[in-house]
Parts: sequence; structure tokens; C-alpha cells
Amino acid sequence: MTKLNTKRIFSVVLLFWGITSVAQAAEVNVYSYRQPFLIEPVLEAFTNSTEIKVNVVYAKKGLIQRLESEGANSPADIMLTPDIGLLLDAKEKGLTQSMSSSVLEKRIPAQFRDPEQHWYGLTSRARIIVVSKDRVADGAISNYEDLADPKWKGKICTRSGKHPYMVLLIASMIATHGKEQAAEWLTGVKENLARKPQGNDRAQVKAIKEGVCDVAVINHYYMAKMLANEEQIPWAKAVNVVFPNQDNRGTHMNVSGVVLTTNAPNKDAAIQFIEYMASDDAQQIYAQTNSEFPVVSGIALSPLLESWGPFKKDARPLSASSNFRKQAIILADETLYDF
Amino acid sequence: MAVSAITTSLQWNALRNGTFLTASVLVALIVLPILSIFFLALNPVENIWPHLYNTVLPYYIEETLTLLFLVACGTLLLGVSTAWLVATCRFPGRAIFQWILLLPLAMPAYVVAYAYTDLLEASGPVQQIMRQVFGWQSVHDYYFPEIRSMGGAVLVLTLVLYPYVYMLARSAFSEQSNRMFECSRILGKSTLEVFFTISIPMARPAIAIGLAFALMETLNDFGTVDYFAVHTLTAGIVDVWLGMGNIGGAAQIASVLLLFVATLLFIERFGRKDRKYYETNNGLNQPPVFILKGWRKYAAVTACLLPVLLGFVVPIAILGDYSIRYFDVTWNADFKVHAFNSLALSLTAAIAATALALFLAYSVRLVPTKFLQALSWTSGLGYAVPGAVLAIGIIVPFAWIDNSVDAIARSYFNTSTGLLLTGGIFAIIFAYTVRFLTISRGAIDSSLSKISPSMDMAARSLGNSATRTLVKFHLPLMKKGLATGIIVVFVDCMKELPATLILRPFNFDTLATSVYEFASDELIEMAALGSLMIVAVGLIPVLLLNRTVSSSNSS
Repeated sequence: MTKLNTKRIFSVVLLFWGITSVAQAAEVNVYSYRQPFLIEPVLEAFTNSTEIKVNVVYAKKGLIQRLESEGANSPADIMLTPDIGLLLDAKEKGLTQSMSSSVLEKRIPAQFRDPEQHWYGLTSRARIIVVSKDRVADGAISNYEDLADPKWKGKICTRSGKHPYMVLLIASMIATHGKEQAAEWLTGVKENLARKPQGNDRAQVKAIKEGVCDVAVINHYYMAKMLANEEQIPWAKAVNVVFPNQDNRGTHMNVSGVVLTTNAPNKDAAIQFIEYMASDDAQQIYAQTNSEFPVVSGIALSPLLESWGPFKKDARPLSASSNFRKQAIILADETLYDF
Repeated sequence: MAVSAITTSLQWNALRNGTFLTASVLVALIVLPILSIFFLALNPVENIWPHLYNTVLPYYIEETLTLLFLVACGTLLLGVSTAWLVATCRFPGRAIFQWILLLPLAMPAYVVAYAYTDLLEASGPVQQIMRQVFGWQSVHDYYFPEIRSMGGAVLVLTLVLYPYVYMLARSAFSEQSNRMFECSRILGKSTLEVFFTISIPMARPAIAIGLAFALMETLNDFGTVDYFAVHTLTAGIVDVWLGMGNIGGAAQIASVLLLFVATLLFIERFGRKDRKYYETNNGLNQPPVFILKGWRKYAAVTACLLPVLLGFVVPIAILGDYSIRYFDVTWNADFKVHAFNSLALSLTAAIAATALALFLAYSVRLVPTKFLQALSWTSGLGYAVPGAVLAIGIIVPFAWIDNSVDAIARSYFNTSTGLLLTGGIFAIIFAYTVRFLTISRGAIDSSLSKISPSMDMAARSLGNSATRTLVKFHLPLMKKGLATGIIVVFVDCMKELPATLILRPFNFDTLATSVYEFASDELIEMAALGSLMIVAVGLIPVLLLNRTVSSSNSS
């Protein structure tokens, strides 16, 4: 009887092993902070053209932590992030490796890649201000700095101050004005909030539609995503888009990007995949389907982006603000931005 | 004769030692997550405790305490009042209310949160109708409470958690002797006086247990507070760990949270201790004492109807409506995969938890020493540990074991074993088992205790081994208990969100995680069908619970 039980237990354990072992065929394993609907079109196109299967774990949070605890045995080859901060976090924690690829060097401009080749930007995105069409006059707000103006008291909505998009924006304020002034600014914004920071960027636009607030800060491509969703079209139609800081440093930009993990088990296929993401085909999908700004030049923008016309982007290197991320997070806690 | 006695006692010892060893190892595994939390908290790589302590921690604690206090008030109010009405009063529909009051138990709190947000937010139907009826132009023309708030979280958690209080309070009330009420009434006490001076004090231990359960679930909740931007300690753990990337800090907050949990466990223990005192008044299934007439009758019906309407019918209607309208979009290959994952994962965990519970319960029966009893009690602690905390406590030591085993294999056998524990679904199943073990223990203990020890003696003296006795004689008698244990754990696993989110492997989503992802993208219509399915499965144990309750009442 005991023997039988041991056997059974053993076979159950073997079963788990079977499930856990990753197949050897041409595959790439991806940890993605980016949402499925944003990258699935690119994944599909890649698999169709190369027959390399792409396995993905999507999560909004925790992939770096997972990579860290898995260590040398992590099955992940690649990590996709929607934000420069996460790329740098991964690099700082020693979870990435340098990948020299002449294709990537050639196609991706220097400002969008790591000098040490640990990370590459794939698309860039603007952190824009949206305002209510009905309740905010044209030109009433034109800089991030204005968000702290008391005239907006009870009229502003943002997502959590600890979210990477907000963190980098706060960091860019620290980079521009120094910590003290940035702290004052953030306190001012907090005092203007119509409600406790909550929801994602879309939820802020919805709140403007509902009349909860008049002004919100979002990433630009959410406008395209909402216009493509029947339920959400009215939300997008309720707001005007403002590209902030056009008369000075330009609109704050972030990049989505990719890293190759330190112990990528499928390194060759992974690099092939990363190179594919910098190809015209993939960049076109990013630009057209997601309305992001492609990092490769010469790719046609989506009709929506075309309709917004050109605008001035903050041209300082990303490292200028990303160096202040830690301080930005501490600031968000100290000002109790989320409470 | 002497020889055989010696062999038996040798066998007995061997069994004893084997049982001891196995039980100790198993329980050690189960408390491993909790121990690793404390270890991480005391040995942070980058100590942010001073920062947390000076900035956000007081607010995490404040919001947690506020939420606990208000949910306690809410669940007590709904749970105790409905329980007392159903147990002691006669009014129309009493027999039906008796069990439909349990229905909200099938609803995961986050699902109710999504439904109510859709209903009550500024763009929701309620406010739209109000604006139309009163001719208001915008939300600034009137006041309407914000659903995504502390108040909203209290409402939602109260509505799904009051059945814990209700369940225990009802059985306590119905065990109270009618004669005592009659005497008090004859002595001139009013109904209300009887309620407050006799019923409540006597049922207090049971109510305390139900309340402790409800509050533990409140502490565990992540989906609702995340959606409503209420910063409880659980939300703080997730933020500090996954947002700030500081696991030491997260473990420190988790330790604070475990203090809260310990307090609740103490209350629960305390409640159980006193329980014996009132069970002596054994008057099961007595006719109700108070016959309600006139407005009282209607008030009682309303009081019982309201929690069921708000906690079950309304959310189901909202989700059902979306499910039907968006069925073509949501009923796709992905959905079926998620449903299969949920079912397979939950079933495996339910069987694992039940098997483990059976082993522990039988060990204690065979060798009823203090040590084993203590071990077995310890194994129940997992239920009190919130899923997010459990996930940290599991992934860190497991990954360490994985990497150590792998390093050894690489250096001695030149081969890699990979991630044995954290690479697949093992970690999730382990998390579920740890968290819900105590539930299967409850089911198994109660059915095992009904089997007379003389049965063991007879079976063993006829030459059956301990294992054979269990398999041949006990298990057939415990079928019902085993089934109950499996089903209840199964459903809890289906609902589980925070640990699943953190521990799931590649290309792997369950109904719960996909519902959460859709909802956090403001796509409630896509989340509806999955939510409804979780609820449908959740109804099974509620119906079962009702059957056991009513059969114990009539016996």
C-alpha cells in the first residue's frame, strides 16, 4: 500500500515536471508588461513570417520581480515594457544582457536605445493633457506646470502617482525644476484633483465625459484605442487634445521597449524577434494599429496622429528624467498623492 | 503472544515516527510562506521601512482599520438581524429566506464591485435616469455618492460577507431554547429586550466566529480595493512589491497585516472556546416563537429581501445583461481555455487540499498527541494569510529551492533541472492548498469525528493496517464530508485572485485573472460572462450548505 502511494505521488510529481518543462522547438518566451491587444498583432505577424512560436506572460505588475526570483533558470528570453523606467530597472538589477545587432543599431536612432545595448526602444508615446470640449476653453491650459494652478481646483483627474507613466512625468519635472519645486508642483496638482487617483488612463477620459473633472493627463494612443471601441467613442469625443509645453521644452515623451534577459534560453530566436519588431512591417503595425510613434523613421503615422499634426517633443535624452525615478516615487509617497 | 505484541508495538512506533515525520514536513512546508515573509521583512536588501513608516504606512493602517470597522458594523447589522428574524420569527417566506440569504456567498467581492460601479457611476443608468427625471445637466448639479470609494468598498464587502455572520448566528439562535424566551416574555420583557439581553449575549461566540471570517476575507480582498482605490495594507503590499520593486518593504507591510490577522484569529479562537457553553441548550428545529403581524411582517420581509436583492440579484442582473449582449464577442476560444484552466487548477488544488487534510486528520486520530494537534492547528493558518502575502512567501523560497537544486544538478550531473516549483502551475496549486486547507480540514474533521473509535479498534484487531482501515472502512463513510470539502475548496480556488495573478505561468489565464484584467481596462462588458461563470460555480456549495443545514435541522 505504502509503495503504491509513493508511486502515485511520484507520478503526480512527474506530471508537474512535464507541464513545467519548456519545449525545445523554435520558440521565444516573452514577459510582457504591455497589454495583449497592443502587441498581439505584431506577435501574430512574426509567427506567420518565421514560424517561431511566441509564448507570452502578460502582467501589469511583477514581471521584473519574477525574472529576479527565477534567476538563471528563467524561461523568459525577452521582456517588453511600456515604459523606460521598467527597462532601466531590469538593467540595474542585472536581469538583461547586451545584444549587439547591426540591424538594430542601424534602424533605431541613438536617442531610443541604450548606449550599452541592453535595451531598445520600439515606439514612443506622448504624455498629453486632455480637456473637456464643453467646459475648457482653447488655450486655457498649455503646460504641465499649469496643472498645479489653483484655478483648476477640483477639476483634474489622473491615475495613481506611483504608476510608471506618472513617475516618469514627475521625474521629468524634478529634472527640469529641481526636487523642491517639483514637490510644490505635485502638491499643487494633488490639491486640484477632483477625486483620489484611480483607474487607468482611459478611466480619466471617461471621468471627463461624465463631468467628474475637466482636465486629465493620459498617454496619447489611448485616444485611438477609445475611438476604436464602440462603448468608448463618446468618451474620446468629449475631450480635446493638448500637447503640453510647446513654447518651451516640449511634450514629455516615454518609450516602450524591449530587453534581452541575462540567461535567455532562446537567444537567437529572441534577437530575431527583436529585430522583427524594428522592421518596417512591425513598426507599421505599431503605428497604424496602436497609433504609437514608431522609432524607425519613414513609417507612415496613423490617420489620427496625422490629424493632430506635428508637435514639439521634449528632446532631452531619456536618461535626464529617468535618473530621478526613485526620487519621483518617494515624492509621490511624501505628498500622499494617492491618498 | 509476546512476540506478536512486540512486533505490533514496533510497527506502532514506526508508524508513529513516520506519521510524525511526514506531518511535520508537510506542516513545515505550509508555514514556510509565513516564515519567509518574516525573514524577508527582517532582512531587506534596501530598507525602506523608515520611508514607509513616515509616509504611507499610517494611511494604509488607517484605511484598513476604517474598512474593517465599517465592514464589521455592516455585516453584523445585516447578518445578525436577518439570522434572528429567520431563526425566531414567523413571517411569509421565512423558509425560503432561510437559504437564499446565503446566496451572496457565491459572489466574489470584485465581481460585485464591477457590477455596482457600472450601475452607480456617473455614466451609469441610475444617475442617467436621475438626470433625465430632474432635468440636471451635469454631475455638478446634484450630489451622488462616489461608488469608487471607501464607502463603495464597505457596501460591496458587506453585501458579500454578511452571510458568514448570518450562517453562524442563525444556527446559534435556533439552538437557543424557546422556553427561555417564553419565560422572559412572561416576566414582562419586550421582544427587543429579549433580543438584546438574551439572544445576542448567548449567541455572541458564534457571531464572533462569523465576524472573524468576514474580516479575514476583508483583509484578503485585493480586487475590490484596487478597483475602488482604497489603500489597504494588502493594496500597499502589492504597490511596494510590484510597483516600487522592494520585496523587503512589501514583506514589512505584510508583517503588519499579519498582526491584524493574528488578532482576528484570537477572536475566532476565543469564540470557539466559549461555544460549548450554549450548545447545552439543545432545542433544534423549534417552531418560531414570535409570530409577526401587520407592518412588522412586511418589515421583516423587506429586511430579509434587501440583502439578497443587493448582494445577489442586482449584480447578477447587470452581469447577465452584459453577458447576453456581448455573448458573441466573449464566448470565444480564449474564454474556453480560461474556463478550462480555472476548472483544472481548482479541481487539482481541491483534491490536493482534501488529501492533505485527510492525512493530517487521520494522523491526529491515530496518534492524538499534543504535538500533532498543535501541528495540525498550525496548518490552518494559511487561510488567514491574504493571497498577495502568500504569493510573496511562496515565490521567494520556491525560486531559491529551484535555483539551488538546479545549481547542484548542473555541477554534479551537468544538466539543468530548470524551475521545478515555480516554472509551472505547481506554485499556484500549492498556494491554493495552503490557503484553503483549513476548509477541507473542517469538512473532514466533522465527518471523521462521527465515526466511532470502536470501528478503528475492530478493524485493526482483525488485522487491518492503519491505511487499510482508512481506505476500506472510513473513506466510504466519509464520502459526503470529502465531497463537501472538495467542492468548497474548489469554488474558493475559482474565485481566488491575488495569488493567481502573481504566480501564474506562461500563456496562462484563469477566469478570475481575465475578469480582473478586463475590468481594470474599463471593459466590464467583456468581464461579465467570466464573472457570471465564477458565480454559477460558486452557487454549488451554497446549495450544498443549505442542504446540510436543513438536514441537520430536521434530524
